[in-house]
Amino acid sequence: MSESVPVALQLAWFVATVSFVVGLRRLSSPPKARTGIWIAGFGMVLAIVSMFFHPELRDNLPLIIVAMTLGGGLALLHAKRVDMTRIPQMIALYNALGGVAAAGIAMLVLLHVSEYGPAVKSLAVLGGLIGCIAFAGSFFAFLRLRGHFSRRDGFAKRQVAYLANGALVLLLGLILATSATAHPVLLLLFIALAITFGLLMTLPTSAADMPVLISLYNALTGLAVAFDGYVLENPAMMVAGTIVFAAGSLLTRLMARAVNRRLSEIMYSGFGLADGEQARTEDRDHVNTIDARDAAVDMAYAGRVIIVPGYGMATAQAQHKLRELTQLLDERGVETGFAIHPVAGRMPGHMNVLLAEAGVPYEKIHDLSDINTEFSQVDVVLVVGANDIVNPAARDNPESPLFGMPVLDVDRSRRVIVLKRGDGTGYAGVENALLFAPVTRVLFGDARDSVQDLIMAIKGLD
Amino acid sequence: MNGVGALYLVLLAAVAGYVLIARVPSILHTPMMSGSNFIHGIVLAGAMLALGGAQGLLEQIIGFVAVTAAAANVVGGFIVTDRMLSLFDPSTERDNRGVSADSLQIDGAAVEDRRVPKALNAGKRA
Repeated sequence: MSESVPVALQLAWFVATVSFVVGLRRLSSPPKARTGIWIAGFGMVLAIVSMFFHPELRDNLPLIIVAMTLGGGLALLHAKRVDMTRIPQMIALYNALGGVAAAGIAMLVLLHVSEYGPAVKSLAVLGGLIGCIAFAGSFFAFLRLRGHFSRRDGFAKRQVAYLANGALVLLLGLILATSATAHPVLLLLFIALAITFGLLMTLPTSAADMPVLISLYNALTGLAVAFDGYVLENPAMMVAGTIVFAAGSLLTRLMARAVNRRLSEIMYSGFGLADGEQARTEDRDHVNTIDARDAAVDMAYAGRVIIVPGYGMATAQAQHKLRELTQLLDERGVETGFAIHPVAGRMPGHMNVLLAEAGVPYEKIHDLSDINTEFSQVDVVLVVGANDIVNPAARDNPESPLFGMPVLDVDRSRRVIVLKRGDGTGYAGVENALLFAPVTRVLFGDARDSVQDLIMAIKGLD
Repeated sequence: MNGVGALYLVLLAAVAGYVLIARVPSILHTPMMSGSNFIHGIVLAGAMLALGGAQGLLEQIIGFVAVTAAAANVVGGFIVTDRMLSLFDPSTERDNRGVSADSLQIDGAAVEDRRVPKALNAGKRA
């Protein structure tokens, strides 16, 4: 650490780091979670404000303030408005921005390369590389989740390009790390190739697997920040970055395990595209349909009704209507509940957030391990915009690309009503065997409209 | 800071990160990811320093982009996480942002339980 950094500043960094640790710790328990983010936020303000007293912060002060106001202001406007169904996209976007910043710092260091030793230069190269990958990957994931791109097939053809790109990036990185003078052109080429590398890495992943990948890129941004922290001799950045990297890696593994897949499979699998296209053509002919009135009768006279929400509930914004539906059923003496698959809605906890937002009491929400053995005692299961997480093929059909993923065994109940918009397969592109099960009836239509129809029909029963 | 000292620091921080998240209930995975997304926003401190030492137009542009992006990371990461967690917080009255259109349609009975479900004590289940 340079002697020139005042002790007060170093202490401020230390306090900030402590607050990050405490804040993250509190994030792991629901009642304390919100105070956790505020504690971490306090640390962040302290760390940022104290930077203005850093002796090496000499020039460009107006630029710094303008940039902070601009970035902070835009994010403030954006993050306050975007609705909660788009959480995965938002995390991907802000993570991409973190990657940009990490890469930018590395670039500036590499432009002043003559001032630094070999260790610092190597870490700056790594920080730049990883920052670019995190940026490109997250940003592409963000665009994918917003529906701008569909997954491209034929990864095998690109594998050569991918490997060549990777080799070139490493070679350039080696040159930059060992060279004694700055090479702006080589540096820009290095950055461009690193971004391409991140894109090629994300391209073959299906939208269903994006959350796992976003978590991975989040961890990578943490790593890039840690490297930059070493380069800039800022221990707060080193420690915070490393903590994010370690926590993010573990989280990535937990999420991958929830879908029973390895990270390498997620990143390089060509996940069932052919099946998906096949299913779309034969869909409506073979399934048994039901209308809202009959479905309402089934539910109103049932003893126990379980609702299984998926991403379709989020896109249709049906959670408030579902809450109303369960209230209506409760008043009739029907026992109601929600069953949440760990990766329902593409993001662990996503459904819980939306249901909490709609005011569904926590006792009504069951997770996979709690409820899965009870489905045989359930009269009606209402599946709202979920596909892969209720697909019995994952349990029964070794040929299925989903095979081995834990699913909710809804087909063991007495009646399954699937609300479906009617465009075929789930996000994994796999045909849903549940639709063809004997207990299943499909109610086609937008999830929110269908739930509204169910509510009206139940009200009309008396 | 010397290199080896930094290695020790990194090792301990990695252990801390691992321990911090090892027993998080799955309903908090998303807030956790979002929270750690916010925390790597500390990159803003580095970006400020980097822009503070930038010379010439190219460096100023790079530094400016880095500071803008990092500031957005901090502010956006915080707001997203806080909005998410406010849904789990039993003590606050929710403002029902983005919900109002629906809530109004719900008949009178809905009003009294507009508060967030009581204490998500999922922490105990982990």
